Amino acid sequence: MKCSTCQGKAAIEIRRHNAAFCGPCFLGHLERQIQRAIESERMLAPAERVLVAVSGGKDSLCLWEVLRRLGYETTGLHLDLGIDGYSPEGRKKTEAYAEAHELPLQVIEVKQETGFTIPELGERTRRPPCSGCGLSKRYLMNRATLAGGFPVLATGHNLDDVAAILFGNVLHWQTEQLSRMTPVRPATHAKLAKTVKPLIRVTEREAVAYCLLRGVDYHEDECPNAAGATLLLYKDVINQIEAVSPGSKQAFYQEFVKKVQPHLAAGETVTLRECDVCGQVTTGEVCAYCRMMERARQTTVRRGRVTRTVLEVPPA
Amino acid sequence: MKVLIRRPRREVELPGRRRVREVLKELQINPETVIVVRGETLLTSDDVVGEEERIEVIPAISGGAQ
Repeated sequence: MKCSTCQGKAAIEIRRHNAAFCGPCFLGHLERQIQRAIESERMLAPAERVLVAVSGGKDSLCLWEVLRRLGYETTGLHLDLGIDGYSPEGRKKTEAYAEAHELPLQVIEVKQETGFTIPELGERTRRPPCSGCGLSKRYLMNRATLAGGFPVLATGHNLDDVAAILFGNVLHWQTEQLSRMTPVRPATHAKLAKTVKPLIRVTEREAVAYCLLRGVDYHEDECPNAAGATLLLYKDVINQIEAVSPGSKQAFYQEFVKKVQPHLAAGETVTLRECDVCGQVTTGEVCAYCRMMERARQTTVRRGRVTRTVLEVPPA
Repeated sequence: MKVLIRRPRREVELPGRRRVREVLKELQINPETVIVVRGETLLTSDDVVGEEERIEVIPAISGGAQ
């Protein structure tokens, strides 16, 4: 197979673009795809200061590497989730990358911030671990972005991620979530940071190829909590369709954002306010994060058994 | 040929020379979800793998929390 650009020996085929690329041409292609996404969606201003959420996996390190090469002023943000046998390696890879490129990195230990690791939080709240993890990440990342005075937070969500999340939201007709599924979430409140997803035109497979070709050493292991996660099932289904009908994945997400999301957003009226407990942004009196943390604190774990302890009796 | 599959980690031996797409089909692996390498060289689906060679299948799909 030959490179569509230089006719040299191809290293990767991208069937949805009906193209193949040699190593150097692929690196340029992927970086241009990210630059185009940034420009067309007005994610970042040229050379803007940006906080990059970095787990140490292929997607976030690919994102950091590309943003660095494109000339943005990047700072890494790593959340140490405290998952035994998994989190230390991700942190190690993130710190090694930051050190190698002399880039600033902020590390937040979830245990130190909240009193619980992610597995402990899941056990105490009896929620699926991915649910508490996602909520904690969104909360802590938003807070860190605002505290650091960063105009924007970039995350490594790729095309596979957003297509799978869209699939799940459509499957259950989660119209509220669907109306918010855009590559850019603007700062619509003083306590809400702008977030962007520059990898929306990049598949996970392409992120792996980019890291291998650039020599970016990423954390390969899968989170132990992700085994059996529905998001992985949705990705599998979408990739089965993609194998037979290349381009379906990208069309599914991009056409949704172009043709459907604006109609859903037009009908949405959300009033944001500050949480009575922590002051962060929410739609109710107390934000979901504070409610989860309160539930975790009210639970005691004795000999492996989880018991809910009601600390306050509400008035009759 | 020897095929090292990284997740879950296992090694499979297949007879004869084969194209990468045939190897993946035999192992029931969706080509959209992996990168195949020989040493440090990325392989495309039409590349031929010799009987004495060793390739690795690197998984690309991951993720639990949104």
